[in-house]
Amino acid sequence: MTPILAFFSGDTLLWAGLLFGIVFGVLLHRGGVTDFNVIVRQFQFRDFTVLKVMFTAIVVGGVGVFILQGQELANLHIKPANMLAVIIGAGLFGIGMAIYGYCPGTGVAAVATGRVDALVGLAGMIVGGIGYALSYDWIAAKVLPVADLGKKRLPDLAPVPEWVWYVALVLMAVTVFRLVAKVEPKSYRD
Amino acid sequence: MNRYRWNPYLVGALIGALSIVTFSLADKPIGMSTGVAQASGACAIPMLGADAVASNAYWSKKAIPKWDYGALFVAGTFLGALLSALVSKSFRLEFVPEVWRNQVGKSVTKRMIAAFIGGAVLLYGARLADGCTSGHGISGTMQLAVSGWTFFVVMFITGVLTTRLLYRSTSTH
Repeated sequence: MTPILAFFSGDTLLWAGLLFGIVFGVLLHRGGVTDFNVIVRQFQFRDFTVLKVMFTAIVVGGVGVFILQGQELANLHIKPANMLAVIIGAGLFGIGMAIYGYCPGTGVAAVATGRVDALVGLAGMIVGGIGYALSYDWIAAKVLPVADLGKKRLPDLAPVPEWVWYVALVLMAVTVFRLVAKVEPKSYRD
Repeated sequence: MNRYRWNPYLVGALIGALSIVTFSLADKPIGMSTGVAQASGACAIPMLGADAVASNAYWSKKAIPKWDYGALFVAGTFLGALLSALVSKSFRLEFVPEVWRNQVGKSVTKRMIAAFIGGAVLLYGARLADGCTSGHGISGTMQLAVSGWTFFVVMFITGVLTTRLLYRSTSTH
C-alpha cells in the first residue's frame, strides 16, 4: 500500500525530518516536559504534565491516524512485540529515566535549554548505544526471539471491532484527566 | 507555572497533530532513540575504528550512522528546543535541578555521575525495547501496538519505584 505518502521523498524527506523535529522540540519545551523537575514529579504523582501531554497526543494522533489509515492515506508502523526484550528494555528505561530525569527526546531538548546534567546524560546515552550495538549479536540470538508475538496490536488480541478500541482509548484518557484534576496539587496546575 | 509554558493539553494535541502529519506526508512515526543510537555509531568510529562500526550488525542494519530522516529529526528537536528557549528567554545554564538538589543532594559531581549512568541505562533499555517514550510511548500506543502499551506500563512502574528509592520526597506519599 503506497498512499499519498510519497509527498516527501529524497532530499525533501530529509528537510521534512529536520522541520518536523524543530516543531517537536518547540512543543516539548513549551509543554514543560524538558524540565527535570516536571518529569520526576510525574513519577511522584505530584505534577501530571507528562501524562496530560502524552495522553492528549495519543488520543489526537491515534484517532487521526486511524481515520487516515481507513482512507488509505496512512500506513501503520507497528513495532514487534518481542515481549522479553520489550519488558526488560522498558524496565531498564524507567530506572534510567528516574535517575537521569529525562527521556531521550526531552534530554536532547533539555541540553538545548542549557541543562548541563542533560548534556552529561546525553554522553551516557551515547555510551549506552555503543554498549547495545556491541552486545547486539548476543541479544539478537538469545533475547529478541523469546516470547516474540510479532507486530501485534491490541485489536488482534480480542474479537472487538477496531473503533471500540479507539472509543475505549478516548474514554480512558478522559477518565485519567478527570482523576488528575482531583488529585493534582494546585501549585502544579495551570 | 513558568511563563514560557503553554497549556499541556494544547501541546499534547499539537504533538498528536504533528504525528498525523508525519504519518501521512512522510510515512514516519515520531521516534527519537534510533537517532541517538545512530549518533552513538558515529561517536564510536574514532574509538573502535570505521571498519568495526561498519561491520557491526546493529549499526549496519538497524541504526546506520548517517544523516537520514530520523537523525535529522533528532537534530531538529535540539534546534527547536534551542529556538524556543532563546525566544522565551528561558535558556539558563544549570548543573543540578531543583528537585534533585532538595531530595537527593547538592553535589554537582554526584549529579553528573548519576546523569551519565542514568543516560546509559536509559538508552540501552530503549534500544533493547526498540523504542522510547516517543517511538513506543506516543507513536506505538496511538496505533494500539502491544509493544507500545507494554513498554509504557512497565517503564512507568520501574520509574515510580526507582524514584521512591532514590528521592526523599517531602510529601506524605
